[in-house]
Amino acid sequence: MRALLGQSINLYAAFLLIVSFAMISQRRILSLVHLYTTQGVTLVLATVTVAYLTNQPHLFASAAITFVLKVVLIPILLHRVIDRLDVRWDVEPLINIPTTMLIGIVLVVFAFNLALPIAQLSSSIARSTLGIALACVLLSFMMMIVRAKAIPQVIGFLAMENGLFFAATSATNGMPMIVELGIALDVLVGVLILGVFMFQIREQFDSLDIRHLERLREE
Amino acid sequence: MNGISGTGILAQLLEVVLALAAAPLLLGWVDQWRARLQNRAAPPLTQPYRVLRKLFHKESVVADSASPLFRLAPYVMFGCMTLACAIVPTISTDLPLATAADAIALVGLFALARTFLALAAMDIGTAFGTMGARREMLIGFLAEPALLMSLFCTSLITHSTSLANMVETVVHRPYVLEPSLAFAGIAFTIVSLAENARVPVDNPATHLELTMIHEALILEYSGRHLAMMEWAASLKLFAYSCIGLALFFPWGIAEIDSPLVMLVAVPMLVFKLAIGGVSLALIETASAKMRIFRVPEFLATAFLLAVIGLLVHQLLEA
Repeated sequence: MRALLGQSINLYAAFLLIVSFAMISQRRILSLVHLYTTQGVTLVLATVTVAYLTNQPHLFASAAITFVLKVVLIPILLHRVIDRLDVRWDVEPLINIPTTMLIGIVLVVFAFNLALPIAQLSSSIARSTLGIALACVLLSFMMMIVRAKAIPQVIGFLAMENGLFFAATSATNGMPMIVELGIALDVLVGVLILGVFMFQIREQFDSLDIRHLERLREE
Repeated sequence: MNGISGTGILAQLLEVVLALAAAPLLLGWVDQWRARLQNRAAPPLTQPYRVLRKLFHKESVVADSASPLFRLAPYVMFGCMTLACAIVPTISTDLPLATAADAIALVGLFALARTFLALAAMDIGTAFGTMGARREMLIGFLAEPALLMSLFCTSLITHSTSLANMVETVVHRPYVLEPSLAFAGIAFTIVSLAENARVPVDNPATHLELTMIHEALILEYSGRHLAMMEWAASLKLFAYSCIGLALFFPWGIAEIDSPLVMLVAVPMLVFKLAIGGVSLALIETASAKMRIFRVPEFLATAFLLAVIGLLVHQLLEA
């Protein structure tokens, strides 16, 4: 049973990677939010498994925080923003999707190689998944770069935070509680502020395309 | 490898006969479930056999401008697909022919059939044939690397490229949750849908000019040539289903030291194919046909999944 649970962490990790790729290839904003929620659920499951296998009560607490924030609260906020801005449908990425995926594969290879020596230093149960966590962070980075609209960029930012959280869980069995709480609240506040930003951007330019921000001139 | 045994030859013959006989049945089964899921009256299970019989009895008409290649292509197609069905271990891994070709050669065999199909379609020089050939090659050249990658993923786990060895290793290893195998399985499913002209990529039931791919290729054929083509297409579906079942759900297959398991293996295979057919019908009903320019994206996803499977295997399971 324990062996199977240990393997299931690998499965969750692999699933996180797939969700990251799905986010990159997704055109619809609404599906992006669903994928983000799925990522949160997977993260919670992985954290609970690690917590159970290593007997660390504080990891249960951080899994609970993750659940409340990333599975319930932030998706609700995002849904509300999308409803109010009325942008449910297609977003065109700056680079076409197959190319993005190929770049993504290169990033994954890079991340796996980078994580290999680091993972050998760690003694944590899920250390081999560090490479995947790193790959998720890099893929979310890329998503922020190749998307032109504001909301996918915010979701990329949130997904990056998920990747970091997973990296912390896999490499060191979780960060200290106080750090985790701090980051969790930061993310929440970040989403609220970015939500306000998005409204401001649309007020100014009648569009959420952040390329408009590049033109700086006096009206 | 081992010497050729009497039971091996028996298993080989049984496999080929089973493939030839059951392939149209599988097609009929899928069509029947498709009709049921779409609230249509279902055709009888034997419909593909009736079509074949009808076509074999009809005269086959060949265009004046056709070259010998046009007449040759249906037989090449049929031969390739029969050989493919003979190589894939469906009921036993003790197959004399299995040593003839490994997974890579099997992909080559499919490529040979595709090349002949495309050449024959262009041979007459009609617009539809050429268009179909171009589309088929577009899909083929994108699907092939993905197929190879997903086969490599399994052969990396089993340390062999021979299908029979791969299946044996998968059966005998202890049960482990393996994400890479799951990825390879999903990638293989996507490739199979594209290669067999199934719904997200091509609609097997349509003759609508602008969307058809497979039907455009065989538009000029009639009579026994068309029958061979249709039969070969159903054999291809059968072969792909069997590769998928053999690599990802291999339980219940007979081996070299247990030929009597074949008695169980046949009903087991029928059961697995029946489930596979229903899930194929489900996929086809649930998804809409995509634009041809979305197909590269779809197949890129398959390639990506297979490559990630390889990488994840290296990272987590090596």
